[in-house]
Amino acid sequence: MEALLELKNIKKSFGPNHVLKGINLDIRPGEVHVLLGENGAGKSTLIKIMTGAYTKDEGEMFFQGKKIELTSPSDAMDLGIATIYQELNVVHELTVYENIFLGREIKNKIFLNQKKMKEEAARHLERLGQKRELLERKVGDLGIGKQQLVEIAKALTVDAKLIIMDEPTASLSGSEVEQLYATVNELRRQGIAIVFISHRLEEIKRMGDRVTVLRDGYGIDTLPVKETSADRMIELMVGRSLDEKFPKKDFTKGVAGLEIKNLKRKGSDKTVNLTAYQGEILGISGLVGAGRTELARAIFGVDPIESGTIKVFDKEVKIKSPRDAISSGIAFITEDRKAEGLILDQTLDFNVGIASLKTYQEKGFINLNKIKDLTNHYIKELQVRPSDQRLHARNLSGGNQQKIVIAKWLATKAKVFIFDEPTRGIDVGAKVEVYRLMNSLVDEGAIIIMISSDLPEILGMCDRVLVMCENEITGEFDRHELSQEKIMKAATGGR
Amino acid sequence: MAEVVVKKEEKVEGKSFWKTALNKFGPLIGLFLLCVVLTILTDRFLTVNNIMNVARQASINAILSLGMLLPILTAGIDLSVGSVLAISIMVMGVVSVLWGLDPVVGLLVCLAVGAFFGFLNGIMLTKLRLPHPFISTLGMMNIARGLALIITAAAPIAGFPYIIQFLGAEFVGPIPVSFILVIFVYILFHFFLTRTQTGRHIYAIGGNKEAARLSGINVDRVLIIVYTISGFMAALGGIVMVGRVDSAFPLAGMMFELDAIAAVIIGGASFFGGVGTVWGTLIGALIIAVLRNGLNLLNVAADLQMTVIGLVIIAAVYVDVLRQKKK
Repeated sequence: MEALLELKNIKKSFGPNHVLKGINLDIRPGEVHVLLGENGAGKSTLIKIMTGAYTKDEGEMFFQGKKIELTSPSDAMDLGIATIYQELNVVHELTVYENIFLGREIKNKIFLNQKKMKEEAARHLERLGQKRELLERKVGDLGIGKQQLVEIAKALTVDAKLIIMDEPTASLSGSEVEQLYATVNELRRQGIAIVFISHRLEEIKRMGDRVTVLRDGYGIDTLPVKETSADRMIELMVGRSLDEKFPKKDFTKGVAGLEIKNLKRKGSDKTVNLTAYQGEILGISGLVGAGRTELARAIFGVDPIESGTIKVFDKEVKIKSPRDAISSGIAFITEDRKAEGLILDQTLDFNVGIASLKTYQEKGFINLNKIKDLTNHYIKELQVRPSDQRLHARNLSGGNQQKIVIAKWLATKAKVFIFDEPTRGIDVGAKVEVYRLMNSLVDEGAIIIMISSDLPEILGMCDRVLVMCENEITGEFDRHELSQEKIMKAATGGR
Repeated sequence: MAEVVVKKEEKVEGKSFWKTALNKFGPLIGLFLLCVVLTILTDRFLTVNNIMNVARQASINAILSLGMLLPILTAGIDLSVGSVLAISIMVMGVVSVLWGLDPVVGLLVCLAVGAFFGFLNGIMLTKLRLPHPFISTLGMMNIARGLALIITAAAPIAGFPYIIQFLGAEFVGPIPVSFILVIFVYILFHFFLTRTQTGRHIYAIGGNKEAARLSGINVDRVLIIVYTISGFMAALGGIVMVGRVDSAFPLAGMMFELDAIAAVIIGGASFFGGVGTVWGTLIGALIIAVLRNGLNLLNVAADLQMTVIGLVIIAAVYVDVLRQKKK
């Protein structure tokens, strides 16, 4: 079959950094082509070259057999290459059809031809199995999954032949994911090629036709998904075989380190009780919107608490702000590293030291060398790459950014660590490193709570799991009685 | 998502060292080139007298700019500094000239008034939750100016005692005391911003307010400190001004906030917060002063001077935009 888009020996450098070192890729009409690689392998750069956001340094590109040069995103759009980024490009205040035609409005000379826009938009939404009624809704009122559909419909109106999806399921809930899969299957049936970026191996196995593995700026191999095992993909991706995806260790249970009694946060009419012990990783599972992050935010003093008590190692603490929580020995690794965890345009040592500056004060001044030494220590211990503490946090990959966030909290000498989706959007190799780190924290007597929507992770790493549904805890399971079915049942409210 | 990952660590050094140096010293290079050009164009520019004159002229703006740097670092702004300067020196005039109290009391009251108005700016922003400091300080700009006019029914106050005039009028050898004061407060602020907890918190808030809060930073407290310092520095600039012109008048400091903002921005600070240094700000203030001085020496009319300075502000920020793009 003739390739729709063919890339030959694509190279790209940023200054001294060779990000792509000669990539070959061919994408066929009507296939779902998965790009797989660790953060920093070059996936993002590659798709930016395919969409014209970056220009290649070397190599050739062919679209339907014709040689092309892309110098801007509009070049790619004209050819029929559309991209659905992780951060959706929708305007919340506008309606669905207005978003679909944003920037390419249909006009009668001066005025907008709303009738025609609505008709066209409806036609494409129906192609995606959506109802007409969606047209007039404000995009901001829709869930992320529907917003994504709006973007896909937008791609269809420009007659896209190739749609690039950058981790499209990363921020979707279970049912939204199913809907996206159905949409992707429909697009495939209509002969549209999909480039699908994902870290989720089960998803790749289920949705992909072919997979191209990138590592270190090289295209390692392109393989049919059906004939390739997940383990083989991981091996190709990390360049070595991972001993285990979940390096679970067993510890002996110690004393209660965090006790929450009848905690009622503002905006919820339910109360929560939980106790976390030394020597265990306590998982909190549940569907998106079950109130897990909100619970963590309340414990950490971000959102106000109405009633209830919090005890840290038998000492009752009053928490009214994150500051109180930190001085009580609690750390909160938030789910959104970029928006809530890091100061992206500051150096690594700035970020590592920012929550514990008090500790480095000597006569009113901060001892910068101490912070730098500590940062170097954590960079080594957590294997942050690149290891230059003068780099800005922005320039690290997701997994390494996460390590810097963790280092920030280690520096506060916290005893209770609440991880919220700690491995979201980071690659398999870095995930294992995060799990190992949790193990060593447990080993040192810290309390670990892990909120996660990733069921394999919950099943693989937790000693005990609480399940939340509609702001209350609806299930508690020990490791030996854990199963996906039990968790899902509790998460959906059936006890 | 920009995902530029440096794989080979040793390469971070070398080439990019010069790049970062250029980024860091861009404004300094601009100032240097400006001086070279003026030295060539006029024979009066590079004389001890003239340089000291520039230093003296730069002093007030340099002090106000240093105050302005803090709000801008937190992604805010303080439009009230010119008016706060006026109300502070008018109160000082009342206390030490009209009432004839001890000049030291006058100085302290002046600084306290400036700090107090700045404190109010901070309270409006954090406790009343006004949406942006542009609004709170715009209001304060009018309030303070109005009060400065009311206080003596718009009459100026002259005849300040020597101790008050000392900072703005005196010289040590050829060096104006006001410029020594500038160097002193800049060194002080350098240590404050880079080596104290509050200083780092200021950068953190400007870089990412939410991350700062979740790192346990008391954002409201830091912002109140920031605006209080900005008001304090406006009053300090006012004291220097009183020394230079030997009078306090209610329209003093009109539009000074704009020169201060210009100096901070020319000095490489980001309008979006989190980025900027005291030394950049000093160079920004010097560039404006040298430019004004040079245009005077070249007999350029005042109207045209304004236009030129406007162009320089835009050019300086545009160069920054280009630099950011390259990154």
